[in-house]
Amino acid sequence: MSASASLWVDAVTGLLAALGGLAALIGSFGVLRLRSFFQRVHAPTLGATLGTWCLTLATVVQVSFENGQLYVHALLIAVFMGLTGPVTTVFLMRAAVFRGRLRGTEIPVPTVDEPPSV
Amino acid sequence: MSPLLSWPLAFALGCLTLAMMLALARMILGPRAEDRVLAFDCLYVNTMLVILSLGLIYRSSSYFEAALLIALFGFVGSTAMSKFLLRGEVIE
Repeated sequence: MSASASLWVDAVTGLLAALGGLAALIGSFGVLRLRSFFQRVHAPTLGATLGTWCLTLATVVQVSFENGQLYVHALLIAVFMGLTGPVTTVFLMRAAVFRGRLRGTEIPVPTVDEPPSV
Repeated sequence: MSPLLSWPLAFALGCLTLAMMLALARMILGPRAEDRVLAFDCLYVNTMLVILSLGLIYRSSSYFEAALLIALFGFVGSTAMSKFLLRGEVIE
């Protein structure tokens, strides 16, 4: 592999890794910052989709060009997160709705006109 | 490793560490149990991403298997806790 090709691969890998880390940070910031649970439940999706895809693609690019043959094992993680993420979220939402109704809260909590209290 | 790769990887690692701290803060603060489970969900995804970027830094394929195992057991734990929240309250 020539030096310029190696530099190019490093640039692509670094860009993807930085983008993935930033996406996960923004998602976690949303988990801490948003006000009600039904708003918060949307935020981690950013890290679970964009963050995971960017970092697995960075691994695929880097290892493939290092070894000289295609390496796609890391994509297994991205596919797995894509399959399992919605399942967890749906279970958690159902549990939150159930517990909210049991507590006597009106579900869905936020309306368009007034912001949620919590 | 060229600085073109080492600096972005250090940046990503810092971002992910901060993200883990934010998720941990929500896990400690979280007013209800479902908030804590959500924070756990976020935390294990961030941990998996940290291990993936460590695999990029140290150039070892063992990190990939660790990340896959964390993804697998994190999903199992998160689903089990959600199902417990869904059913456990019925008894009370």
